[in-house]
Amino acid sequence: MPLLEATRLTKDYGEVRVVDDVSFVIHRGETLGLVGESGSGKSTIARMVLGLIEPSSGSVSFDGASITGMPQSRLRPLRRRIQPVFQDPYAALNPRMRVLDIVTEPLVIHEGGSRARHRLKASELLRSVGLDDSALPRYPHEFSGGQRQRINIARALALRPEMLVLDEPISALDVSVGAQVVNLLRDLQRDFQLTYLFISHSMPLVRYLSTNIAVLRHGRLVEMGTRDEICDAPRELYTQTLIAATPELRLA
Amino acid sequence: MTPALLEINELSVRFGAAATRPAVAGLSLRIARGEVLGLVGESGSGKSVTSLAILRLLDPAAARVTGSIRFEDRELLTLPEDEMRRLRGSGIAMIFQEPMTALNPVMPIGEQIAEAVRIHQPGLGKRQVRERVIEALNAAAFPRPAERYSDYPHQFSGGQRQRILIAMAVANRPRLLIADEPTTALDVTVQAQILDLLAKLREEFSLSMLFITHDLAVVSQVADRVAVMRHGSLLEEGRCGDVFAHPQHEYTRSLLHAVPTMTTDLERPLATLS
Repeated sequence: MPLLEATRLTKDYGEVRVVDDVSFVIHRGETLGLVGESGSGKSTIARMVLGLIEPSSGSVSFDGASITGMPQSRLRPLRRRIQPVFQDPYAALNPRMRVLDIVTEPLVIHEGGSRARHRLKASELLRSVGLDDSALPRYPHEFSGGQRQRINIARALALRPEMLVLDEPISALDVSVGAQVVNLLRDLQRDFQLTYLFISHSMPLVRYLSTNIAVLRHGRLVEMGTRDEICDAPRELYTQTLIAATPELRLA
Repeated sequence: MTPALLEINELSVRFGAAATRPAVAGLSLRIARGEVLGLVGESGSGKSVTSLAILRLLDPAAARVTGSIRFEDRELLTLPEDEMRRLRGSGIAMIFQEPMTALNPVMPIGEQIAEAVRIHQPGLGKRQVRERVIEALNAAAFPRPAERYSDYPHQFSGGQRQRILIAMAVANRPRLLIADEPTTALDVTVQAQILDLLAKLREEFSLSMLFITHDLAVVSQVADRVAVMRHGSLLEEGRCGDVFAHPQHEYTRSLLHAVPTMTTDLERPLATLS
């Protein structure tokens, strides 16, 4: 049974259909890369998968249970198991909270427990994303963009989720910092057996991180397959165009 | 050596107290006529400050600029302001990353380009100005320019807006075009079209370019030579082929392998600076 199943997802905003009949499954431990340009509907799909917005029609189920149409109160236990990481690490962190409180807030909300236990857990989480205890008493503005994205990821991991929805997690970062975060995501997936929905506009990045790839355009699924099928033998013209338009380093 | 169109010598830019780290530190660069120089660096490298220093767009109250910037044998750092104003647009033009913020949202796009034409060619009549505008939009491969002359920026896509800015930049036939991350905000298929357009304009107008970007793959496609900056200093420069095949600096090497390509080895981690 797949961990996540999206069936015929459709989202309308007024007259505009931003996601049109998109279906996919993600199996445990795998990464599905959603790749598309602006207006392809990829971020809207992420929000429907997270239960942050309701589809106009179609459904999402997680571990066999439908999360579509479920009241917020019943969504809560599912929320712990599927966590988001968004593009902008500046916007996602509360500027008035210390890192200790940011990282452990999900624990306080979902599990309670003692302050001492939270501190211990925070220290463990920071280590897993390559930071140390010196970050605990500090505020978000004291960190670089890459460090902030690490703090976001630590927070996302606090409740030991099974799945992360990563929406352009490195596109706001400098090249060398982005590489560190990509490597971190690969390590975390291996260490914690995580399942990823990885969303990006970059075909090479999606190729690097994904088991399977879905290509989106104007809200529709253009083509879906294994990484090698999509990257080495794309069937659809749009996929071919997307790959051809990606600038490659010219060494001659 | 071909004569330099732009020659920067020991350029330093400092904001604030003398003790602070300079934004640009002792930078020397040259661009020959007809040449495209790629200026590469991450945030804080000083690449955009350098471009603003060339156009003298840095606030003199905030930035202390020293060294020399020569353009066609004129020293820009000491050029009287009215001559500098004439040079901007006609000698050196610039396009930016975000085409929406560079355009006036309440002015028809044709009028905005016309304004730029009139500043540099005040003798032209109304009809001639309009002709120049259409010509520039055509040069930027902008579809149906005459019909869309009176439309507003929000009626266009990001790629079309960048074409409008490019039309504005080339309308007065500059010799040097400074392009600061001109395709970074665009979708990859649109980026490819804009890069093709810039290559075409380069031929057509024998345009020299300072192409600023964080994207080495883009640089390798558009530039003849590349200069790599970090923390305000020049790390290395040379012909694109040489620098990319034999980077002298550890930082350049890591930048080259930090971004995955369609052929990156999937088993290996991406390169990072230790």
